[in-house]
Amino acid sequence: MVDIFIQQLLNGLIVGSIYALIALGYTMVYGIMQLINFAHGEIVMIGAMVTITCINVLLDAGVQLPGPLLLLAGLAMAIPVSMLLGFTIERVAYRPLRRAPRLAPLITAIGVSIVLQQAAMLIWGRNYRPFPSILPTEVHDFFGAAITDLQIAIIILAFVLMGGLFFLIEKTRLGRAMRATSQNPDVAGLMGVNINTVISMTFVIGSALGAVAGVMVAANYDQAHAYMGFMIGLKAFTAAVLGGIGNLWGAVIGGILLGIIESLGAGYLGDLTGGFLGSHYKDIFAFVVLIAVLIFRPSGLMGERVAERA
Amino acid sequence: MNFAFMKTRHGKAITYAVLAVILALLPWMLTGGFENGKSWVRAVDFALLYIMLALGLNIVVGYAGLLDLGYIAFYAVGAYVYALLNSPHLAAILPAWLIGPNFIVMLVVAAVFAGMFGVMLGTPVLKLRGDYLAIVTLGFGEIIRIFLNNLDRPVNITNGPQGINNIDKVHFLDIDFGRPMEWLGLTFDMVHLYYYLILAFCIFIIFVTLRLQHSRIGRAWVALREDEIAANAMGINIRNVKLLAFAMGASFGGVSGALFASFQGFVSPESFVLMESIMVLCMVVLGGMGHIPGVILGAIIVSITPEILRDVINPLQEGIFGRRVVDPENLRMLIFGLAMIIIMLLRPEGLWPSKRRAREFHEHDEEAQA
Amino acid sequence: MSALLEIRGIHKRFGGLHALNDVSLSINAGEIYGLIGPNGAGKTTLFNVLTGLYQPDEGAFTFNGKDLFRKKPYVVVESGIARTFQNIRLFANMTALENVMVGQHVRTRTGVIGAVLRHPKARAEEAGIKVRAQELLDYVGIGRRHDELARNLSYGDQRRLEIARALATKPTLLALDEPAAGMNPSETEGLKKLMEKVRADGVTILLIEHDVKLMMGLCDRIAVLDYGKKIAEGVPEAVKNDPRVIEAYLGVAPQ
Repeated sequence: MVDIFIQQLLNGLIVGSIYALIALGYTMVYGIMQLINFAHGEIVMIGAMVTITCINVLLDAGVQLPGPLLLLAGLAMAIPVSMLLGFTIERVAYRPLRRAPRLAPLITAIGVSIVLQQAAMLIWGRNYRPFPSILPTEVHDFFGAAITDLQIAIIILAFVLMGGLFFLIEKTRLGRAMRATSQNPDVAGLMGVNINTVISMTFVIGSALGAVAGVMVAANYDQAHAYMGFMIGLKAFTAAVLGGIGNLWGAVIGGILLGIIESLGAGYLGDLTGGFLGSHYKDIFAFVVLIAVLIFRPSGLMGERVAERA
Repeated sequence: MNFAFMKTRHGKAITYAVLAVILALLPWMLTGGFENGKSWVRAVDFALLYIMLALGLNIVVGYAGLLDLGYIAFYAVGAYVYALLNSPHLAAILPAWLIGPNFIVMLVVAAVFAGMFGVMLGTPVLKLRGDYLAIVTLGFGEIIRIFLNNLDRPVNITNGPQGINNIDKVHFLDIDFGRPMEWLGLTFDMVHLYYYLILAFCIFIIFVTLRLQHSRIGRAWVALREDEIAANAMGINIRNVKLLAFAMGASFGGVSGALFASFQGFVSPESFVLMESIMVLCMVVLGGMGHIPGVILGAIIVSITPEILRDVINPLQEGIFGRRVVDPENLRMLIFGLAMIIIMLLRPEGLWPSKRRAREFHEHDEEAQA
Repeated sequence: MSALLEIRGIHKRFGGLHALNDVSLSINAGEIYGLIGPNGAGKTTLFNVLTGLYQPDEGAFTFNGKDLFRKKPYVVVESGIARTFQNIRLFANMTALENVMVGQHVRTRTGVIGAVLRHPKARAEEAGIKVRAQELLDYVGIGRRHDELARNLSYGDQRRLEIARALATKPTLLALDEPAAGMNPSETEGLKKLMEKVRADGVTILLIEHDVKLMMGLCDRIAVLDYGKKIAEGVPEAVKNDPRVIEAYLGVAPQ
């Protein structure tokens, strides 16, 4: 029993650190322009798809490289693609509507999301794309639970990237400009911050993290699909809201927490409800958490309570 | 074009009369004019169902300004309520008086049920800002679908992913809508009979929407959209007005869903995916949010396009490439995704906006040039 | 004269900020009561508390003998308090007439069924709403602009429209938040006449304004807020010479 619990906890941590990476993308954009970037999930998906394609091309060309290096080559392709995509989306679909009624950018965001999804389907087809089996599959024992090299790498990489992001935000010039813009874009603009650059960079950085997260998802589940961005994006968004949207720490904590809730919940849901609800209800956890947070504590765990302005 | 003629009293009467004749003859023109005319009538029937859905969503999004991305859930509720009460699936378990109720009663039940779900969704999200609302409604839509998919055990209610089959056709006024009928020397097939049935409900819903729009309630919705705080300060009970918008929109969806279930004869969760919600939203946005003729136009364009694409794109592809390269369904979604972006960027008032909205945006342009 | 509005010991905090600190005041029926104070003194917060947009933390609040403490805005409006906003909040894409029609929402009853069936009662009510809306537009002097979208009206006309919309709720107390802000002297003069007319028609007025000259000539009594506290109250002359008021405005005690 105990090792099952640890296993669920571990699975939750793995998935949760991926959610956290994606949630950071949502929360950064929201913090700076109060916009839910619906298309972020699709960027995650494209990151995964490009990596898989790239690895397959290399394998087909007969390149003899160890698995992790192949993966790195794939990432080296996917990250710039996602960054470019993030940059373009902001320029084309959001920037012209920055002063428009709130409904407008939301609708374009949904439009962008659909376009990317359908484009992915035209390029990569309707079926699941298997992740090439290039990575070591050795399983380690961790207090009675099983963990693979890949999963260890996911956790470490996720935390390194988050650390890097925090360093960037707290210690660099760009980070300072981003923080200033999120406080008050107009004043930041007057102080000489180039808001457009800051917003573009926010999308670019978020997209890069998203691409890495997409590859993690695909590698962890051994597959990718043109529709995968929707669910993973929604869950990561939930994580961001759970932690307090706009708050970077909140995204990290919310992501990990949601991963663990989901994993434990799915594992024990059957027992809890006397077999009425089984693990196939796993996907509703995120929604239930989302709705509960929005009703009872809309500012999230780490968010400050903001007074409603009349 | 000069519409001034249509504004006069006679002009109006003549316009309506012409429209009525066209609508009455449409299915016959289609079956007479095309080889696969019946499938076109079928497509028109579905377009009418979508018009009802779009008008329902228009109340929520277009009038009250609340972005609902899970709207299809109400369509699902209406469809499943109809399916469960008009099929053998639960006939053994439910009391006999519940099975196969009178058609009108049935539709009222579907509307009320869907309306209740609307209130259920509306209550927790009352205080949420627009973008949160969008996400929560999206989640709600998915929850409903996940339940429909999984409520086949431990007790089999929805029959899971297989869905419910053998749903009875409508029996109403001694007409069995499932069988061909001879009248005036014409053979009314099922698609014809359903055309008139759905058209009648569609006109009813248009009528209700029009009346609501020009009423105290309609003004309260628009005030809410324009400025929630000011509406609040004017003594509008924000909670009630929002819930009413959700309930009205949902009940239109429920009626449409019930008609859909009986027309199609089976329902399954696959018909109620997120993409459907987004399609309905696209109809509203494309046509012109808050403007009834625009929304109707949007619904027709979006729901008929796949038929046209199928008949045009497939032969074209086979002619050029010798095989199918692009799935028309993909192409349709791609086009509408792009359309949503382009409309919001270049023509946010939609293809057929109300005169006032058009004027408003036009003035905006003039300001921008000045 | 009896007190129409009576508030006692109202507190409102935003986190660490004590926006209203033990504010009490009473307004008599038929007077024009002014509220002044430096920026950030809590005047608009008090308005928001009075109209139910903010929930006060402590205190008591009665209006016309009715307890309105922590009541929802629609209850407040129904009881007879209407307001305008400092930074004009009209329904920008509705016409002037429609704006005033919305204002009558709280005094009318037609629901969904009435709207759909349009029975004689509903028809009569709707017609009445329209007639009264036009009357109110005429009353504030913008009757000819009824078909114009609110956003296209001139600044001064928007202010007037906001007053007409507030009057549409049939208030006993009309609360105006800086109605003269941004107006030129002749517009201000017109506004002053309008307020006097409103008062003469039996509506009590609570007024926030920066234009001291206007306030002195118009108000029966004035209260001064500073840092969320009421520091003075009385007839204009007395308030003007109150040393605490001078200190609050000039930052130094008078010699």
